Amino acid sequence: MAVDKKPPEEGSILVTSIESAIAWARKFSLFQYPFVTACCAMEFMSAMGPMYDMARFGAEAPRWSPRQADIIWVVGTVTNRQAPILRRIYNQMGEPKWVMAFGTCASTGGFYDNYATLQGIDKIIPVDVYIPGCPPRPEQVLDALMLLQDRIQAEGSSRMRALKEMA
Amino acid sequence: MSKKAIRAVKKACKDAFIDSHAEHGDHTVIVKPEKLLEVVRFLHDDPDMDMKHFCDLTVVDWPEREERFEVVIHLHSLTRHHRIRVKASVAESDPVVPSITPLYKGANWFEREAFDMYGVKFEGHPDLRRILLWEEFEGHPLRKDYPKKRRQCPIPFREDHPDQPPPFRERP
Repeated sequence: MAVDKKPPEEGSILVTSIESAIAWARKFSLFQYPFVTACCAMEFMSAMGPMYDMARFGAEAPRWSPRQADIIWVVGTVTNRQAPILRRIYNQMGEPKWVMAFGTCASTGGFYDNYATLQGIDKIIPVDVYIPGCPPRPEQVLDALMLLQDRIQAEGSSRMRALKEMA
Repeated sequence: MSKKAIRAVKKACKDAFIDSHAEHGDHTVIVKPEKLLEVVRFLHDDPDMDMKHFCDLTVVDWPEREERFEVVIHLHSLTRHHRIRVKASVAESDPVVPSITPLYKGANWFEREAFDMYGVKFEGHPDLRRILLWEEFEGHPLRKDYPKKRRQCPIPFREDHPDQPPPFRERP
């Protein structure tokens, strides 16, 4: 049997680490759980829709179970009464998982500075990317998604992420 | 619009009636809180009044008044096309008014909300619990003396979050 002994052409082989390859695959297949509570949902739909088409970034499939999701979008105002629900959903997600705070209300409570509203979801769950705006424009949403992808790539594997968190 | 409804209340519920006014069609009677159900029953049952449509029930907090909680009920007649507003004030020490749920089933959640936000109790309500806030919530947030900056959350914040809520102290 003839064996091709010719060395591979220059540029036809990529050298990478397994962590980096996994992170690359991971950042382009983000299954998302939309935790949608308020009017920001309209802008989220717009970012998901054909005009802005979030599917271009691999974040296409919404999962209606947190157990199948990688990323939770907290879209809109979260009241104090919803806080236990949000934390429970977050805890139900499997690692690795990421959190997006979509809009001013999810990030800080916004102008709902009152007894009823949780003043930012980062008080109960860790947030990876905050998206400002009331509501944010779809461009901002896509920008945030790309920021998250950079972060995922930088984090490498979930094992490395866990080690980093422990350190 | 005539002031027929006001006159009728004045006539039929003499011992409940305190005051009335009518501005631009907003016909209002102010009645004694303990007679509130009696007045509303008259408006509901009387064939000339026939106010079968319950529009709204809410509470106004007047902190400077002695009887600071003013329960406001809006009624409407679908057949006679007239409206009336019934008000009754109660003091903070004994904030109890009769429930109108025996007459209007729809008032159930309105009274629960009024109880939730102001702490006014509705005597005879079948299930007077908080409706919007959770059971462990302390105080009634729409009272004017509820601290504007007080925050309550049913679960503790993340341990590593810098913004832990300060321990709350009642105002003197």
